[in-house]
Amino acid sequence: MAREASLPIMVRQITKSYGPVRALDHIDLDICSGEFLTLLGPSGSGKTTLLMVLAGFTRPDHGSLKFGETEVIRLAPHKRGIGMVFQSYALFPHMSVGANIAFPLRLRGIARPDIVRRVDEALTMVQLAGYAARRVDELSGGQRQRVALARAIVFEPRILLMDEPLSALDKQLREHMQIELRRLHEQLGMTTVYVTHDQREALTMSDRVAVINHGRIMQLDAPRRLYQKPANRFVAEFIGESTFLPVEVASGVVTYAGQVIKVAGDPEPQGHYLLMLRPERLKILDAAATGESSAHRNLLRGTVQNVVYQGESYLLQARLADGATVSVRGVSTDSALAAMPKPDEPVQLAFAPEDAVLVPDSAA
Amino acid sequence: MTPETGPNATALRRDALAERVALFGLSLPALLLVTVTMIIPVVWLFWLSFLADDGTFSLEHYRRLIEQASYGRIFRATFEISAIATFICVLLGYPLAYVMSQLPPRIASLCMIGVLMPFWTSILVRTYAWLVLLQRQGLINSWGIRLGLWDEPLALVHNVNGTLIGMVHIMLPFLILPLYGSMRAIDRDYLKAAANLGASPTRAFWQVFFPLSLPGLLAGSLIVFILCLGFYVTPAVLGGGKVIMVANRIANDIEIFFNWGAASALGVVLLALTAIILFVAGRLVRLDRLFGGHAP
Repeated sequence: MAREASLPIMVRQITKSYGPVRALDHIDLDICSGEFLTLLGPSGSGKTTLLMVLAGFTRPDHGSLKFGETEVIRLAPHKRGIGMVFQSYALFPHMSVGANIAFPLRLRGIARPDIVRRVDEALTMVQLAGYAARRVDELSGGQRQRVALARAIVFEPRILLMDEPLSALDKQLREHMQIELRRLHEQLGMTTVYVTHDQREALTMSDRVAVINHGRIMQLDAPRRLYQKPANRFVAEFIGESTFLPVEVASGVVTYAGQVIKVAGDPEPQGHYLLMLRPERLKILDAAATGESSAHRNLLRGTVQNVVYQGESYLLQARLADGATVSVRGVSTDSALAAMPKPDEPVQLAFAPEDAVLVPDSAA
Repeated sequence: MTPETGPNATALRRDALAERVALFGLSLPALLLVTVTMIIPVVWLFWLSFLADDGTFSLEHYRRLIEQASYGRIFRATFEISAIATFICVLLGYPLAYVMSQLPPRIASLCMIGVLMPFWTSILVRTYAWLVLLQRQGLINSWGIRLGLWDEPLALVHNVNGTLIGMVHIMLPFLILPLYGSMRAIDRDYLKAAANLGASPTRAFWQVFFPLSLPGLLAGSLIVFILCLGFYVTPAVLGGGKVIMVANRIANDIEIFFNWGAASALGVVLLALTAIILFVAGRLVRLDRLFGGHAP
């Protein structure tokens, strides 16, 4: 291919208000060429509005948007040359599968034999070879999703936008398509901006994730850092399960209810923090075991509230002395379930210093 | 089929039957009304059309319809006027329905009240109001001459012009209602997708919106066309005796010639033609759903 397969996107100061509501509040975002970036947030967070600004369907109040070196903020949607997969798929119901995919090629005045060839290639790429003559309403949800994808990539756009494309699919198909979308992205290499409210989907697919809330980016990071070192309570709560315990930091020592908590890494500055505990990082110790708080782990004492069997894992909730509830998740092996303490029995929970993550105590 | 046996099988079957009977009971008044006011008169009409003046069975009324050239002319005029009125309705109604479909729902429903306002007045009153507006010394002619737009009074009424103006005015809501409904139902994502794929607004309209609005347009046009076929008051008042449509001829046959047989035959033929049009159009719309675009 003579031209670059992808373009970087530069978002500067983009703001959009609906009456008193700031849907987007001075958004700055740099998306690298060829990157798979996910906008993750709850509904109403502004993630879809940002995607619509990128596509040109929503006109922001102010701000700058560049694809590569070109300013496109005032460019009409049909001149932006970017592919998009809609949440509703938006496949034209009066056209066959082939005609849907050929639509962007016909608009670009491509010769008929080339159109036929490229439609076939696109269908092969989404594993629907031979479906060109089908009617859209004969397809299953997963097949429509693939056709929408084929239509969005057939004209080789250098930027691809996806608006919750998998939300209408059932869980198994969704997980399958996540892997497949990721594979296609690696194959095609176009810059991809993906919108979802499903944190697992975001972590599975993305190079980086921008967590959005109230029209602002709360954190922009690789999935692993996002999960292991959330920048604030919102991100910590939104991504994964977690328990928060209020802690104090004074002269480099972290204390929870009078108990010293050993943490890894440099101490945080003095102040109030939240100790974030991921349920799967906690271990259940036999209450009878001698509770030596050894150098390489922290211990919490509590009472079992309930144990829930959830198939591949179990979830135990324990109440600590100060009334806080801590969740523990483990693999539900037979031995683990056999040794499980009963409700109202005392329990000890252990966690390593590197799993003690401090998050600023502010409802940012 | 052997009836299912098991606990309460008979009682449950009886309950299901009782529900069906209750539902049928609800539709009974309407069924009775339709039978008395529609089906019986139509059957009677059908019967009369095959009776000669002396009360014996004959096809003479139908033979006269075929042999007398004037009947053919009346049918042709009826179809022509109906087709032109429908066409004008489409020209006026499509853009209006389109604009309304793009407005926020609240403003669109205000517009809809405006569209439906003519229904608050009887057709007769509206038709005579047009007579007042359109006649030689009417509002439009006197203002047009005073403003220097034209010198001689235009022949706006007592002819086909007047008939068409009146019919279009009365029929427009019947086109707009189904058309607006079908346009509202077109997902806006389709147009966004078309734009995203590179279609200018004009091309997006013609290649995506217009084809998707066709079923509504066909339905609306069909309603207007068929209602036009049976129009009586408007051609009678605004046509000034020069515009004879089938319904006017039927009225003449009965009021002037007391020829119920001839009038009935006309009615039966009009009814049959309407039924054929509905049937053909129904097939067309279904075909339109079937052919679903062309593969490249």
